[in-house]
Amino acid sequence: MAMAISYAGGFRVALQGQRALAMGHTGVAVVNNAETAFFNPAGMSFLEEKFTASFGANAIFSNIVFQNEAFGYSTAADNPLSTPFSLYGSYKINEKLSLGIAVYTPYGSSVEYPENWEGSHLVQDISLRAIFFQPTISYKISDKLSIGAGPIYVSGSVNFSRNLDRATTNTEGERLGVTIDQKGIGAWGYNAGVMFKANEKLTLGLNYRSEIVMEARGGDADFRNVPTFLQGQFADGTFDADLPLPAELSVGTSYQINDQWMVAFDYNRVFWNSYDALDVIFSNGLESINPRNYKDASSYRFGFQYKANETFTLRGGYYFDESPVQEGYFAPETPRNDSNNFTAGLSVQLSERFALDASFLYIHFSEIDASYDYYLENGVAAPFGGTYKNNAFIPGIGITYSL
Amino acid sequence: MKNKFIYIALAMAAFTSCEPEFNDPIDESGFYTQGEADLSNYVALGNSLTSGYTDGALYLDAQMSSYPNIMAEKFAMAGGGAFTQPLVNDNLGGLLLGGQQIADTRLVLNFDENGNPFPTRLAGTPTTEITNAPEGPFNNMGVPGAKSFHLVTPGYGNVAGIGTTANPYFARMASSAEATVLGDALAQQPTFFSLWIGNNDVLSYAASGGIGTDQTGNLDPSSYGSNDITDPNVFGAVTSEIINNMSANGAKGVVINIPDVTLAPFFRTVPNNALVLSAELAGQLTGFFQAVAGITTQGLIQQGVDPATAQALASQYAITFNEGPNRWIIDVPVSQTNPLGFRQMTEEELVLLTVDQAALASGYGSVVLTPEVLQVLGKLQQGMEITAEEGALVIGAVSGLDDQDALDNDEIAAVNQARAAYNSTLSALAAQNDLVLMDVESLFTRIAEMGYDYGSGSVTTDFGTGGAFSLDGIHFTPRGYAIVAHEIIEAINEGYNASIPGVNPGDYPTVFIQ
Repeated sequence: MAMAISYAGGFRVALQGQRALAMGHTGVAVVNNAETAFFNPAGMSFLEEKFTASFGANAIFSNIVFQNEAFGYSTAADNPLSTPFSLYGSYKINEKLSLGIAVYTPYGSSVEYPENWEGSHLVQDISLRAIFFQPTISYKISDKLSIGAGPIYVSGSVNFSRNLDRATTNTEGERLGVTIDQKGIGAWGYNAGVMFKANEKLTLGLNYRSEIVMEARGGDADFRNVPTFLQGQFADGTFDADLPLPAELSVGTSYQINDQWMVAFDYNRVFWNSYDALDVIFSNGLESINPRNYKDASSYRFGFQYKANETFTLRGGYYFDESPVQEGYFAPETPRNDSNNFTAGLSVQLSERFALDASFLYIHFSEIDASYDYYLENGVAAPFGGTYKNNAFIPGIGITYSL
Repeated sequence: MKNKFIYIALAMAAFTSCEPEFNDPIDESGFYTQGEADLSNYVALGNSLTSGYTDGALYLDAQMSSYPNIMAEKFAMAGGGAFTQPLVNDNLGGLLLGGQQIADTRLVLNFDENGNPFPTRLAGTPTTEITNAPEGPFNNMGVPGAKSFHLVTPGYGNVAGIGTTANPYFARMASSAEATVLGDALAQQPTFFSLWIGNNDVLSYAASGGIGTDQTGNLDPSSYGSNDITDPNVFGAVTSEIINNMSANGAKGVVINIPDVTLAPFFRTVPNNALVLSAELAGQLTGFFQAVAGITTQGLIQQGVDPATAQALASQYAITFNEGPNRWIIDVPVSQTNPLGFRQMTEEELVLLTVDQAALASGYGSVVLTPEVLQVLGKLQQGMEITAEEGALVIGAVSGLDDQDALDNDEIAAVNQARAAYNSTLSALAAQNDLVLMDVESLFTRIAEMGYDYGSGSVTTDFGTGGAFSLDGIHFTPRGYAIVAHEIIEAINEGYNASIPGVNPGDYPTVFIQ
């Protein structure tokens, strides 16, 4: 199954197509291949092919290092490799109407810290996955204007482990902790867009993807290393929690300078404001209250495409990604600050039907002194912070089929 | 094709090794500094507090949280070297000698059927066998139970002498039967040392309720009993010898002074006025002690004491009790001025944690009112004559706290006097030898008076719940030791212009629940 790590601010994973990614993950006003089913469903009816499909996957190599000068903490996360994927297909019913399917993973997180690291009372490891299934319809109102939309069904899973506090152990010295786990969490949403071809060269696009709240209900809560006389208080059982996958609004434009050159600009606004807290309610009566207080955040994207010849198309891009995390809420499960992102890629037309798409993304985060100040222990705030620095290297490969 | 896979593998290896680098990585040598100190070979000298002893035992995790070990972990970031400890076998605690258990397992919190916590020894048989000693030498030379002069006493680690002249913990560490703690420490040629010794020189006296002797004036420690107070001159001679030797090669170090041990929860948990009475019971007890005074007056007169003097002497026993808390009665030596040998406790006097609580509930510390005694009291109330035997029965019903269960004013004064002398010796020695003096005395008093706030929590000296003291009421919890380690590091940083990272006490546990 696909798994993704938080690569845009928060746990948004902006890796929804090899061609778009190579161009700074722009696409709301780009009609390139079936990837448009995600970026702007309206674009599907502007696709020239009778049928086109794209499949791609990325390999995420991510690194987090953390240090705290006052106490000499020094930790490097040991994040597992994750491989988010996307699959798109678009079929032209007639000149006006296209139907399609999109399967993609726009949210997720996979972070793993060394066992019992200094911040293990906040997070030991976390794995969030959410696969979006989106049947899509697009209608061309005129040669200049099209619309498109589709419902989204999400299947998500969460696995989150942490220690319950900074020091409590059983008599063998093993830290008291909890793991919550639930798979197959279902939820519904939608994706809709409109695209306007002002002229042969200029395209404008607008896209909105709704908020989807993943409601974990009755997931497994497994408490570990509980002292004999605390078994009642920390009994294994179930948990409930809500995790919002926020809405996203994109507007953008692309400009076909000539047969060879095309440029694109996108602006994304992710409505992270809805991620207020990660509160977990356990069946044994315990509650874990974790304020997040995210703010809405923007990305500014730029990409270009250069068609060198019939075989090779080269792409490049850059985007600036704003973090939704506010000061004092810098939790190590998504330790992201603003990032600069550099992308590149190419397509190779292997045959009339098949093209190979490759992309590469490098994410650079400046180091940041930050803390999470809302963890309470015995009613007293116990801030946890230091200096964080992250980076990520994300190669991706895909294939586009055209009929 | 094969080549391509190699390239892909290489690329993947490259990505995973591309960890971001901090502008100023703290794990780079030179970030933290040791200043004028040389931390490359640190040796810690001391007693149970230095060994990591907590919850009435020495066990594996406790040793990992000893203040010298915590400090050594931080030292390692500023040029410090490896730090070894005479690790015991398990997390149960306790010792075996030739298969026989000679030290108790650790204390943990248990809960009764009403959910009330109480400390109890963790069940099990210890697995740390004294005769199966680990390979030394050890940087942590903390020996539970050691007094100052023990560090220079040959044979203190002789297995054959355990139970009399030797210490089982040092027997596990000693390089030979006749080795001394100091000798084994010096043999390691330490470049840095800490010395925290002298607590037991007063504490064993205090913790036994002052049943020992204040040996001030007796310069021969070999004649001391185990619960005696060490003569300050003996303490001075021994600590001079230790410090002069340890610093002879220019080694720097830290000298830790002796806190007011009577502030530990061992002495502060059972209040001296925990005799809580209803109005009726208070009246009954007041009446009882008036009867005692009356009987005593009669008795003294019969012994030929003039009535005025007799009445004056006996009046001290007419103790008044009030509704609510009242101070306990304690036994004192029989004297001319206190012919019955008991009195009510005064404000500053202390009851020990080890007092039998069940006995207190049934009259120990006040009066054991049996039906027979009540019958005699009834007679007195009706103005009837009583016999000498009946009078003795009433006086015999008084059940004062034994010496071993309380620390009276004289005993507290003896402890404080010796401790003050030790501390002035330690201050002078630190100053003479360019050593850092860690004033744990002030720290300890501060924690007892106002608690210690470490920024993300705080501890107090409350027994069981305060977080600073373990379930034995005398030794710190790992969190308490972490505070000590942090404060010592701060003192070293200031004294030697070093920049060693501090300790976060919140990362260390307090008491343990079974």
